[in-house]
Amino acid sequence: MTQATYMDATPYQDDLVKKFVLAATFWGIVGFLVGVVIASQLAFPALNLGLEWTSFGRLRPVHTSAVIFAFGGNVLFATTFFVVQRTCKVGLYGGAALGSFVFYAFQALIVVAASTYVLGFTQGKEYAEPEWFGDLFLTVIWVVYLIVFVGTLYKRKEPHIYVANWFFLAMIITIALLHLGNNLAVPTGFFGGSWLKSYNIYSGVQDAMTQWWYGHNAVGFFLTAGFLGIMYYFVPKRAERPVYSYRLSIVHFWALIFLYIWAGPHHLHYTALPDWTQTLGMTFSVMLWMPSWGGMINGLMTLSGSWEKLRTDPVIRFLVASIGFYGMSTFEGPAMSIKAVNSLSHYTDWTVGHVHSGALGWVAFVSFGALYYLVPVLWKRERLYSMRLVSYHFWIATIGIVLYITAMWISGIMQGLMWRSYDDLGFLQYSFIETVAAMHPYYVIRAAGGLLFLAGGLIMAYNFIQTIAGNLRDEEPYEAPVAAAARG
Amino acid sequence: MANVEKDLISGQNTTGHEWDGIKELDTPLPKWWVYIFWACIVWSIGYYVVYPSIPFLGSYTKGMFQYSSRNELTKDLAAQAAQRGAWLKDFQGKEAADIAKDEKLLRYAMAGGKAAFNENCAPCHGVGGAGSLGFANLTDDEWIWGGKLEQIQQTITHGIRSDDADGRMQEMTKFGVDGVLKAAEIDQVADFIVGLSTGKADAAAPGAQLFADNCVACHGEGGVGNQDMGAPALNNAIFTQVKGDKASIVAQVTNPKHGVMPAWGARLPAETIKMLAIYVHSLGGGQK
Repeated sequence: MTQATYMDATPYQDDLVKKFVLAATFWGIVGFLVGVVIASQLAFPALNLGLEWTSFGRLRPVHTSAVIFAFGGNVLFATTFFVVQRTCKVGLYGGAALGSFVFYAFQALIVVAASTYVLGFTQGKEYAEPEWFGDLFLTVIWVVYLIVFVGTLYKRKEPHIYVANWFFLAMIITIALLHLGNNLAVPTGFFGGSWLKSYNIYSGVQDAMTQWWYGHNAVGFFLTAGFLGIMYYFVPKRAERPVYSYRLSIVHFWALIFLYIWAGPHHLHYTALPDWTQTLGMTFSVMLWMPSWGGMINGLMTLSGSWEKLRTDPVIRFLVASIGFYGMSTFEGPAMSIKAVNSLSHYTDWTVGHVHSGALGWVAFVSFGALYYLVPVLWKRERLYSMRLVSYHFWIATIGIVLYITAMWISGIMQGLMWRSYDDLGFLQYSFIETVAAMHPYYVIRAAGGLLFLAGGLIMAYNFIQTIAGNLRDEEPYEAPVAAAARG
Repeated sequence: MANVEKDLISGQNTTGHEWDGIKELDTPLPKWWVYIFWACIVWSIGYYVVYPSIPFLGSYTKGMFQYSSRNELTKDLAAQAAQRGAWLKDFQGKEAADIAKDEKLLRYAMAGGKAAFNENCAPCHGVGGAGSLGFANLTDDEWIWGGKLEQIQQTITHGIRSDDADGRMQEMTKFGVDGVLKAAEIDQVADFIVGLSTGKADAAAPGAQLFADNCVACHGEGGVGNQDMGAPALNNAIFTQVKGDKASIVAQVTNPKHGVMPAWGARLPAETIKMLAIYVHSLGGGQK
């Protein structure tokens, strides 16, 4: 069965959005795959293959950059460009030229960054590994992105700026500041060294603090504010309900962006960082709890009046589950920032599990929801190829996440307890190597969870390919017969 | 607010704005949300009073109890030192052999030795000391450099083929690489060693004379080994650097591999090394 296509005379730059959607799907699968590989390496070190290029240390930044920046970044470009056009009722500022520059330059940057990691060139800063030349290249891309976005807002035909765009703009501006602040580095080429190596102008604890000011707000603004923007458009759109509270959106927006930027020091509890700075990071993280939950409330309560869609629309299921995971990890985060909790959780797998409940459960799920919404709209199809495949994707990925985060909770807490346990004579009860051996089964479970998540991604990609090809799977309408009957 | 409507499901008014079909309700802030937000803010202000918080140029408010994580660490370390101090003197003043005779001190030594072993030695020798190819098994009574308490202590302190001048240094002749024996001769001597190690030594074999001429000087008559030279016994099936099959023995005689171990005396306090020696001695094969 094929679908009819029709011409539409909108002024929107949707071909550009399509490219970002395809890139996001592709890089998502690459990122999940590398994640499965490195998770397997942790469980079975022989998979490092004894080669420097395939060792965990080099592939780990490939994984983090691929999922955060290549997958997450392309999702953000796709959704910001889609949403800002529709909520401003104008095409993109700069037209196809500026947008295409952002697209091709960003994909090139991803390839350059991943290649340099594998070849061993890195700044050694977590989530900011590209060397100075990559950083400068990204700066150019980001400034063009800002120009396109602000230019579009400026020429809007709506009297007000929609809340999703506040979050998007906060994300773009803050990421620019973070990127510039954290990457102030001098190439050693100026002093007779290699042009492929640079050193940061900060050193010691100032370098660490700058790094975690950046690192925490990469989470806060890239992965939280940006994806809240996605939520604010796609949830009401898909649920066909008004946003729950305009006032809450204003208050939690300003509270969130004001508080988030100070929370970074909680990554450096019990280090050389001054005590007052640790206090700052901890208390601002705790105060951040409700502003974060404001987004959860606004997302979930928007569903009120259309909760039955959870049964009938697997895409809504992705969106709602993502908000649930968002609420859970934004409660867990402030809890882990409290020093007493942090003294147990820090440096353990608990942190890794926390990050992934946010990354897989929130960021990836809200992205999947948005992508499933976008593909039929952009390619002008009647609907997705198969809603059942969306449902399979949902359950397989959800089981994967649950395996992942429960394995990391157990192994992380166990690891933390083993590190701190002394025998009655005052000697450490466990050596480091015994803690590593104890974590092995959980590492296997984690890799299995990741594999399920990857499988879900492949199902999504297949569904997209079929949808774009114009095919409709021969299946009963997804809606349950009872619900369908009730709706008449 | 031209287009304010009433939402029939929630009973709330909309704000009157609309973007691409999306409207917003004018719902007030949830009360519980506001209260918890304020509670977090009040708690934080309280925390600022109690703990170090507000920075000034060059200093900061120290809080009600002068808390400092540096002082906490110092206190923790002092408490630990006090706990250990009671018996540490004995470890510093006494020989390992005397410590091992005192039941109470022995208990400390075993606990401390186990902790130190697992942290420092287990990466090569394995948790429990079972060793692996290239790393000696410490749980049997086959010793390369001696299994008496003081010999173990000496080996740990100065290491094997380490940078330490008092380390165990001897190396085996590279019979093949240096041309001492021809390939055919190495083949014969390897046959003889396989026989020795499996209890089927053939005194009439051509390898027997080669063994007597080249190997006995270090490995002893009948391959009993010589711990002073670090020459392992060859009259049993325990091998450390290589496996016991003929091909591995040919390779070892041709171009020998040697075990190495750091001189832990430069890394660990003397009392820890005494504990380690006692612990390793206890693993199963300690000799009187």
